[in-house]
Amino acid sequence: MTDLSTTPAPDVRPDQDRPVAFTQDALGWEPWLPPLTEDELTERHWSGLVDRSRAKSEYFMLLARDPDILGARTRTDKDIFYNTRTGLPRAERELAATAASRFNGCIFCASVHSRFASHFSKRQDDVQRLLDEGVGADLGERWNAIVAAAVALTATPIAFGEEHVHRLRAAGLDDLEIVDVVNGAAFFNWANRLMLSLGEPVHEHER
Amino acid sequence: MTLDIIDRLAGIEPGSSLDLVRAERPAARDNAQESHLALFAPADPRGVSLLERHAVAVFVTTLHGAGSSGVADHYVSELTAAGASDGLVAAVLAAAAAGAASGPYGAYPPGPLSAEDAAGPEYAVPAVTAAALGERLAAAFAHAHLLVFRPRDASPAALAALTDAGWSVDDIVTLSQEVAFLSFQLRVVSGLATLAALPADTTRSSS
Repeated sequence: MTDLSTTPAPDVRPDQDRPVAFTQDALGWEPWLPPLTEDELTERHWSGLVDRSRAKSEYFMLLARDPDILGARTRTDKDIFYNTRTGLPRAERELAATAASRFNGCIFCASVHSRFASHFSKRQDDVQRLLDEGVGADLGERWNAIVAAAVALTATPIAFGEEHVHRLRAAGLDDLEIVDVVNGAAFFNWANRLMLSLGEPVHEHER
Repeated sequence: MTLDIIDRLAGIEPGSSLDLVRAERPAARDNAQESHLALFAPADPRGVSLLERHAVAVFVTTLHGAGSSGVADHYVSELTAAGASDGLVAAVLAAAAAGAASGPYGAYPPGPLSAEDAAGPEYAVPAVTAAALGERLAAAFAHAHLLVFRPRDASPAALAALTDAGWSVDDIVTLSQEVAFLSFQLRVVSGLATLAALPADTTRSSS
């Protein structure tokens, strides 16, 4: 006999608080393991956080438990996405990030980076089609080529090959721009796995 | 020979066109290297030994299949250098061979995305390797397989399995960063090696 009143409370939120579809709306994220608290932070932790404002994020405060790899990861991230003096426009780096996140199934990462892709490209409806229809959505050849390359890189075993380079070159990308696609998709194979495995997205209005 | 691990694994020669392309993202390049060092040559390995770190690296890179064998070979050499016996190296490789799969697969939170749920194997180390690996590595490999192939299946229960096998919260953060970083490194190497094997695109200028 099971007495329901003694069933332990689940340690995750009820399903209705969790997003069940890809969205460009802002989502929250809750950790499954305890983040550090500000009073636990040493100078090494602050250095790992890179920006002091990241101490407000439970995600970064959890990752701060290994501050050296967090700091190097953050600086890698920033150069891949923010260094736009040369190379691929920011919008298309975010498109690669969104495609990788859509294919891996990271609802949280896809929400953040689809918003960036929409903001920088002004193509919100096309970005939404990528979220709604998946990585096979027809977004025009240049974007299709970027999405296909990001998806091939995201598959395990990795399915990226010469045909993807040829298609990107035919769509007008030079080798620096192709490396920006590679870096953007590859970086989200790092980020997706952390976001998916150390916590879960929640609707922002809950917070 | 360059000391940059990604350049070495991708076959990028100093002064080559791809060397110059990578130089356009200097912080990304330097911090991908710093990330590698933080994980595999840390100033203080704390709760995760160098042997464990390199065993996980061999497991993860070998799961990526024949196309990533150059990266896997590097980590096998490093695992041996970290003091692993021939028996342990053989057990790690056997555990990886038993985990071959094609990802990403897994289930979404119940809802409209459930139509995209894709079935695939749930991994546990083969019984014949369990004694050589020990409880901590066996649990780490099961979690690494989850992160590599089906990160959207991650759960608090998966983290609890690591805790039960002796992984502290700090250790779990380091392990998660390692598997996620390798997912990035493998993909950057794949993309760059593919470009390096093709004649440089000289029809356009990056700058």
